[in-house]
Amino acid sequence: MLSIQNLHAGIEEKKILKGINLEIKAGEVHAIMGPNGSGKSTLASVLAGRKEYEVLEGSVTLDGKNLLELSPEERAGEGLFLAFQYPIEIPGLTTTNFIKTAVNEVRKYRGEEPLDAVAFLKMMKEKMALMEIDQRLLSRSLNEGFSGGEKKRNEIFQMAMLQPKLAILDETDSGLDIDAIRIVANGVNKLRNKDNAVLVVTHYQRLLDYIVPDFVHVLYNGRIVKSGPKELALELEERGYDFIKNELKEAV
Amino acid sequence: MNEMSAIEKTVLNDYKYGFVTNIEADEAPKGLTEDIVRFISSKKNEPEWMLEWRLKAYRHWLKMEEPKWANIKYPPINYQDIIYYSAPKQKIKPKSLDEIDPELRRTFEKLGISLDEQKRLTGVAVDAVIDSVSIGTTFKEQLAELGIIFCSMSEAIQEHPELIKKFLGTVVPITDNYFSALNAAVFSDGSFCYIPKGVRCPMELSTYFRINAENTGQFERTLIVAEEGSYVSYLEGCTAPMRDKNQLHAAVVELIAAENAEIKYSTVQNWYPGDKDGKGGIYNFVTKRGICQGNNSKISWTQVETGSAVTWKYPSVILKGDNSTGEFYSIAVTNHHQQADTGTKMMHIGKNTKSRIVSKGISAGVSNNSYRGLVHVNKKAENARNFSQCDSLLLGDKCGAHTFPYIEVKNNSAIVEHEATTSKIGEDQIFYCNQRGIDTETAVALIINGFAREVMNQLPMEFAVEAQKLLAVSLEGSVG
Repeated sequence: MLSIQNLHAGIEEKKILKGINLEIKAGEVHAIMGPNGSGKSTLASVLAGRKEYEVLEGSVTLDGKNLLELSPEERAGEGLFLAFQYPIEIPGLTTTNFIKTAVNEVRKYRGEEPLDAVAFLKMMKEKMALMEIDQRLLSRSLNEGFSGGEKKRNEIFQMAMLQPKLAILDETDSGLDIDAIRIVANGVNKLRNKDNAVLVVTHYQRLLDYIVPDFVHVLYNGRIVKSGPKELALELEERGYDFIKNELKEAV
Repeated sequence: MNEMSAIEKTVLNDYKYGFVTNIEADEAPKGLTEDIVRFISSKKNEPEWMLEWRLKAYRHWLKMEEPKWANIKYPPINYQDIIYYSAPKQKIKPKSLDEIDPELRRTFEKLGISLDEQKRLTGVAVDAVIDSVSIGTTFKEQLAELGIIFCSMSEAIQEHPELIKKFLGTVVPITDNYFSALNAAVFSDGSFCYIPKGVRCPMELSTYFRINAENTGQFERTLIVAEEGSYVSYLEGCTAPMRDKNQLHAAVVELIAAENAEIKYSTVQNWYPGDKDGKGGIYNFVTKRGICQGNNSKISWTQVETGSAVTWKYPSVILKGDNSTGEFYSIAVTNHHQQADTGTKMMHIGKNTKSRIVSKGISAGVSNNSYRGLVHVNKKAENARNFSQCDSLLLGDKCGAHTFPYIEVKNNSAIVEHEATTSKIGEDQIFYCNQRGIDTETAVALIINGFAREVMNQLPMEFAVEAQKLLAVSLEGSVG
């Protein structure tokens, strides 16, 4: 589904990603782990098309479509979803109105008719029940005054509404207590199926207790330096990122 | 780059009302003298007392100086280079709506204002003013059955002199300020509404002002009187053709609410703002003031200000009656070289008086947008309450937003609250929307719509739609 080949990217002259290769198939969950400054969030931003980042080399395709040629909103239309580490606030714009606009814009991109109020409401009720999200949250201004946990739940709710092919979760666990992590992870798990895929970007292993990955990749200094099964995450948790750094030094 | 142009497109659609109607006009010669004042008065066949009133104002105006304290800059106005009276020549004086010159009728149709009563939504009565005169008022008869007077000011001076004598100039005296004195001397038309005791006006009353002729100033005068226990909602809209030269608009609006009466006054101001280099546009120097004369009365101003090259206006409320309420809800948008200095004055005089101010300023381009407001609590105004909220939204980094709140409290039982924020539409907000599939133009519209929502909610339905279009926040996203 997602194929990243030899991706180099940076920001303001500074090179951050130095040759990323990654293949994600439908139905899979991949985790990208790494120490601070390794390029995790940059990778998420580059995939979503944040324009501050410059792609220097390489290719990214989603189901064969060259993502790098597309604007961020077209990538969303193609089925890429990013759950933000820091969801932004828009005062005065209700969450419901925002989501309705998003859903219909994506439908428009795909050449589908917009959902009318009744159909939209029906879908929203369904997903609200699935995600166990409170109606009151959705009638408030987008993310304004939301707690950390509410913001992240809102991200996952939007994911449920937009039903992406590929969801990237950028440090979704940051700032959450263990109960909130469990709720958010349950939401993600309910949305998993054989046709979609999830890329979890995280510093800590704890989120992976709940969203169990098929593959774990270690990002260090702009490259994936180690890949393995889910046990790799446990090893990292136990031994810290230093063991990777040491291994690399020894290799040199 | 791309983003900015999208923002600009969103905030200011090309001015759609810039056309000129080709109709012969009956004009006064340029310039202002006592003779011109006499000319206007005689054109309107006014009684002697009205002429005297005008001349008094004119003589006072000669002794006054143009105010300079507002945060706006414009070249000196040559008051001798303005035409003070211009009326479209109509072959016959229309006795009914059917006799209005088809060309004028078409002008208003083009502006979306139908003078055909059958075609109108029954909820709104319109007085249509072009340049210096009113050309027609709809639903007059139906309103008259309830004792409501809704007509042009010229007609009111002829038909209801006792009411005009009693109320005109009582809220904004002729000596009030430079522009109101000028207006009193040369005003040529406007609307008059009188709601008798205990009557709830069953439809929105509205006046649509149109400047058409070149080099003319528009000086209209509006007076609304709501007697004991009555209610009226009044709407005002305005547009002008695109011209290279600045044109002056100096209106005066007076509202009077008796005991238990309520007046809701809404404006969508869309005078020609000038082109993107700041050439042309209307100078909008307006004095609007209401008085809550009786106990438990209420006056509410709502304004959406998107047009004009320069705006200078402070719709105010004098809270004289005990338990009276004043409200001011404002959205002011400036783009390119537009300048706005606008706000309100809330004068608390009676006991337990309340006021609420919600001001939303949106600035783009190289424009300047200032909120200026005064909350005054008199010595005897026990338990006065005020809440003010002034928010500014900046699009781009070359525009300015300023807030000048003045608070004068002379009674220590008063509670006065003021909140102010300034924000920018962030790249982060736009990217967040983009990531959800929403393009930048729609994203900006959503953000602006959210920002302005609290004020938009105050507008009557029919106006809210127009105002939303004006801010181009229609979610259907009209990509130009």
